[in-house]
Amino acid sequence: MTTPAILVDNVTVHYGEVRALDAATLTLEPARICGLVGMNGSGKSTLFKVIMGMIKPDAGTVRINGQSPSRARKQGGIGYVPQSEDVDWQFPLSVRDVVMMGRYGHQGFTRRASKADRAAVDEALDRVELGPYAGRQIGQLSGGQKKRAFVARGIAQGATTMLLDEPFAGVDKRSEATITRLLRELASDGCTILVSTHDLHALPQLCDEAVLLMHKVLMHGPPEVVLQPENLAMAFGLDVLERDLPEVKSPAGNVPSGILDGKRVNH
Amino acid sequence: MEILLEPLGYDFMVRALVTTALAAVVCAVLSCWLVLIGWSLMGDAVSHAVLPGVVLAYIVGAPFALGALVFALIAVTLIGVVRNTSRVKEDAAIGIVFSSLFALGLVLISVTPSQTDLNHIIFGNLLGVSVPDLIQVLVLGVVAFVILILKRRDLTLYAFDPTHAHAIGLSPQRLGALLLGLLALTSVVALQTVGVVLVVAMLIIPGATAYLLTDRFSRMLVIAPVISAVCSLSGIYLSYYLDTASGAMVVLAQGVVFAVVYLFSPRQGLIGTRLAMARRRKAVAVAAA
Repeated sequence: MTTPAILVDNVTVHYGEVRALDAATLTLEPARICGLVGMNGSGKSTLFKVIMGMIKPDAGTVRINGQSPSRARKQGGIGYVPQSEDVDWQFPLSVRDVVMMGRYGHQGFTRRASKADRAAVDEALDRVELGPYAGRQIGQLSGGQKKRAFVARGIAQGATTMLLDEPFAGVDKRSEATITRLLRELASDGCTILVSTHDLHALPQLCDEAVLLMHKVLMHGPPEVVLQPENLAMAFGLDVLERDLPEVKSPAGNVPSGILDGKRVNH
Repeated sequence: MEILLEPLGYDFMVRALVTTALAAVVCAVLSCWLVLIGWSLMGDAVSHAVLPGVVLAYIVGAPFALGALVFALIAVTLIGVVRNTSRVKEDAAIGIVFSSLFALGLVLISVTPSQTDLNHIIFGNLLGVSVPDLIQVLVLGVVAFVILILKRRDLTLYAFDPTHAHAIGLSPQRLGALLLGLLALTSVVALQTVGVVLVVAMLIIPGATAYLLTDRFSRMLVIAPVISAVCSLSGIYLSYYLDTASGAMVVLAQGVVFAVVYLFSPRQGLIGTRLAMARRRKAVAVAAA
């Protein structure tokens, strides 16, 4: 068996009295794209923080490619694309400046950019098709371009594991398709990608697998299975049944054989 | 020319100008990060809270910088404790801690013999800078400046995206602590020039002014110190000829330049953006007609 790219084993996290994660367990194989689905407050961002080692779990272990989060971070393997609300878009930096920050882990004491760093940044910018916008102040990009700029930072970094927090929030349909294509390309190059999202519509095209989170991992399987209304109801409550749901490939009732692959996690 | 050269005939004026220029430059460089992180109030707090440290250092004959660093650390720790362990919000915690420490400093001054020197710490005594003062300011200022410039990229990363800093194996906590330590050092440098009460102006106005003038952080790091140095030197000359308080004159000059930039900056200025809006509206109206 290969070493999992991300292994979260029985992780419990408390904030004071509040239990954010309760014995959450998740294994992600390399070069897969996994969608993390759950309500606000279900522990999605806590799970991200635990994987990045920003929070030490009260119990349980986390391994990135078989290593501790701190070792994985030092090797530059973990890339992070923040949620839009967490970024100061007025900050006086150009797109190129932001992508260059991906190289800091490879640079010396003063982070002076070498020829190789500049080449890596140019390549990453071309890869996300932002080359012509490199000199723009980051706030002057469209919603989708902003996301791609941060993905480019992860590419320039050489990240083998990428965590994306709500990459489709505030992004139009066309940019959503561009980002989806870009992430699929990265995954086919061997990058493991974990995406937390509210946008259930985008999941079937993007993800190889999906995880339902409600403090615990309720379910982990193919997106078309995990996103069945009755499963979503477990994570979101029953009102989700009345909401606009993503098109699931087969209508309910006509259950495809694939549904059996979606193993429900028992506790 | 005569106007510029005349004050230079006095040694105390030369020392005042050198000290001010240095303090202005170091404070201005630091201010670029402070205004972007949103640490202006923190700058205010630390620059006031170092007072008891400076007074104690004076009493025991230790370097001012040491006392200032210790009390900056105490202030930041206390602010964190009050914020994290009670329902009091951060701005209130900062206000409580720094004003109490500042008051402690004032009390210590009032019970210390030879009050004249220490009162100068509060309002600054630019024209009374002695040679040892000058040397201390030079050493501290140069040290702070060099560290800020060498670590500028890390500090900017910390200001912009501490999570990414963490993700690539840097320590945001350590970078934050470095910035606070440099803030304490810089406060000591600026004390001499404008005094505790007005240090915060030197720590905020230049960065805020530069922020309104450019979209590139690397340019802010040049614009802020240049503006600050020019303002400070003009302030001193003005105070010389108008016979006004020199520290206050320096801050006033910075405030005036900020106001001018706020109104007339081509991209961010109030008048520029209003004019651009009016032009757009007119263009739309013409197109519609």
